[in-house]
Amino acid sequence: MLEVKNLNVAIGERQILNDLSLSVAPGEIAAIMGPNGSGKSTLAYVIAGKQEYEVLSGEVLLNGENVLELSPDERAAKGLFLAFQYPVEIPGVATMTFLKTALNAQRKQRGEEELTIPEFMKRVKKAGEMLDIKPDMLKRALNVGFSGGEKKRMDIMQMALLEPSFAILDETDSGLDIDAVRIVAQGVNALRSPGRGFLIITHYPRLLDHIVPDTVHVMAGGRIVRSGGKELADELEKTGYREYAGESEELV
Amino acid sequence: MAAVQETIERVKALDVSEYKYGFFTDIEADKAPKGLNEKIVRFISAKKNEPEWLTGWRLEAYRRWVTMREPNWARVSYPPIDYQELYYYSAPKTALGPKSLDEVDPELLKTYEKLGIPLNEQAILAGVEGAGSDGRIAVDAVFDSVSVFTTFKAELAKAGVIFCPISEAVQTHPELVRKYLGSVVPPTDNFFATLNSAVFTDGSFVYVPPGVRCPMELSTYFRINERNTGQFERTLIIADKGAYVSYLEGCTAPRRDENQLHAAVVELIALDDAEIKYSTVQNWYPGDSEGKGGVFNFVTKRGDCRGANSKISWTQVETGSAITWKYPSCILRGDNSRGEFYSIAISNGYQQVDSGTKMIHLGKNTTSRVISKGIAAGNSQNTYRGQISSHRKATGARNFTNCDSLLIGNDCGAHTVPYIESRNPSTQFEHEATTSKISEDQLFYCMQRGLSAEEATALIVNGFVRDVLQQLPMEFAVEAQKLIAVSLEGSVG
Ligand SMILES: Nc1ncnc2c1ncn2[C@@H]1O[C@H](COP(=O)(O)OP(=O)(O)O)[C@@H](O)[C@H]1O
Ligand SMILES: [Mg+2]
Repeated sequence: MLEVKNLNVAIGERQILNDLSLSVAPGEIAAIMGPNGSGKSTLAYVIAGKQEYEVLSGEVLLNGENVLELSPDERAAKGLFLAFQYPVEIPGVATMTFLKTALNAQRKQRGEEELTIPEFMKRVKKAGEMLDIKPDMLKRALNVGFSGGEKKRMDIMQMALLEPSFAILDETDSGLDIDAVRIVAQGVNALRSPGRGFLIITHYPRLLDHIVPDTVHVMAGGRIVRSGGKELADELEKTGYREYAGESEELV
Repeated sequence: MAAVQETIERVKALDVSEYKYGFFTDIEADKAPKGLNEKIVRFISAKKNEPEWLTGWRLEAYRRWVTMREPNWARVSYPPIDYQELYYYSAPKTALGPKSLDEVDPELLKTYEKLGIPLNEQAILAGVEGAGSDGRIAVDAVFDSVSVFTTFKAELAKAGVIFCPISEAVQTHPELVRKYLGSVVPPTDNFFATLNSAVFTDGSFVYVPPGVRCPMELSTYFRINERNTGQFERTLIIADKGAYVSYLEGCTAPRRDENQLHAAVVELIALDDAEIKYSTVQNWYPGDSEGKGGVFNFVTKRGDCRGANSKISWTQVETGSAITWKYPSCILRGDNSRGEFYSIAISNGYQQVDSGTKMIHLGKNTTSRVISKGIAAGNSQNTYRGQISSHRKATGARNFTNCDSLLIGNDCGAHTVPYIESRNPSTQFEHEATTSKISEDQLFYCMQRGLSAEEATALIVNGFVRDVLQQLPMEFAVEAQKLIAVSLEGSVG
């Protein structure tokens, strides 16, 4: 489970998250929606441990443990996963090599044995099929020359493979056509389990027709301004973010 | 490859920032008196029982050398070298002329075992079950100034391949040595090559007869052991018409506070339709984290595509040495001949690398390809220096150069110095160069997936050098990959 308590975050001189609190129970799917620039990605990055953000105060607890002092890889080994809004290209590194390196690095940190090659291949095959990723793609350099949709599916495939206890998806649906959204949603739904929490960041309510959230939070100006159930997303579909725009400016 | 596997294991087990080959072997040495003069040159020649022509050849080089100056155009700096403070000959006392492995000093065997280089053919064979004969490698082990043992000689001889210490070739195949020695790198070539010509002590000699494809990978393993001893090895490889040979050299030295001088010369000759592939994994002691000690690697390597349709390919993985000054080059003399240079040069700490190549197009329709990947970390400086030229008669000459630099951190430097010179209007030379930094976004992405900062850096760097790694013989590519990770330790985080 994830608990964010009174988090204040700045980048340079500028404060981006303002006393933000949020809690996602085990097994829960929480959605965060909000206008561009409201700080959604910043929240995701800070939880995952990206360096350039300065945490002024507050706590981030993953399964009860404060992770703010941990490096990103330590957090990953503790079961935290972030699907990036813009997945990064790694030239020259075959996707398959990357998957294996990541999986074994996490296992090593947790004191587990490396996976045998057949076992690894079995898992890759399963995750690849679920996300419609062809074996050919796994031979190519990670994300290099992948379409926007392929990059997003590849990130979700990694999530399926790494089996995190808590996953954050940052606008995974942006730039996807409806079929791709459905594939990604299937991937997420297949991983839904009583022990696993999700934080789904999205700009568009339509994703939430495919991944039905337990809770919906609206973020504006670096804080949560409203919380509710799935109906809140439906409401936003009609009204848009206009009513929060002022709030956002005022707070920034 | 058992040998390689063993080396990999050792690299894996390595303590951070510990140069793992830094041990010293306590073995009694037969040394020439310190310093350099005609007497020393004669001493070395006499030790090797050389014919008069060779003694004369050395002396001429020596007389020339005293009139020469150290080159100063490279982007490297180091305190003056006192050439009279060095020893020019050092041989393990027990090493002279062992005929079988039983006669080799056990201390030496232990040294090579520790380095992951097995000299025992039986052990090698046992280690490559199922690998097929292609998995085998013949090794010439050079310890300070002399070759201590060469494996698989008998089997190579069956194919007509001569693979032996050059000092032995002088005795057994004087006509070949006399014909080719200095024919690619003349004794007057440059300060360090001239010095080498005067005092070279040992190195490997390879001759592959017409039409023969050398049945196994050949390799030389160089080891500097003695203090204040220069290493001046000389390698001569001849691929006769239609022959093929792939050769690999590896190098290490103990860690010492003083700098060690290594000034080698390598000459390759490819006759009509012949091909030579020369790979180097250079891991001399780079000095400590403050820049103290380390090997000065001042090396002249040149290949002559003397025959039509011949091909010479250099691949180098340079991770060691305090200073690297080396430009493996190709003279593309034969029509339709081809030269290749693939390089990965990694510098960390206070290392200085000035390396690159020369492709000299003389014949018609000659082609060359240069792929250089420089990686600078720590406080190091990494320069690519390359010359591509075409002669008036080199109609249809073509070159493609791609030269990429990657910076890790803010205190290092990468530089590219291309010289392009074309005397024939039909020449097509293409040059691409990029410089980039490992991005924070790439590092963060990898770390989010569970890789430590160092694992992430190594992975990204391995991706960066992939085109070149693919040129190495498979077994060594794996080893080189691990070596890259080790060389970059301490460069991030
Ligand atoms: N690295 C950065 N440097 C400067 N400003 C940043 C940086 N990252 C985010 N910001 C700013 O912080 C605010 C929130 O951005 P972000 O978290 O990306 O919002 P969202 O994901 O909700 O669109 C924006 O105004 C953005 O310009
Ligand atoms: Mg965003």
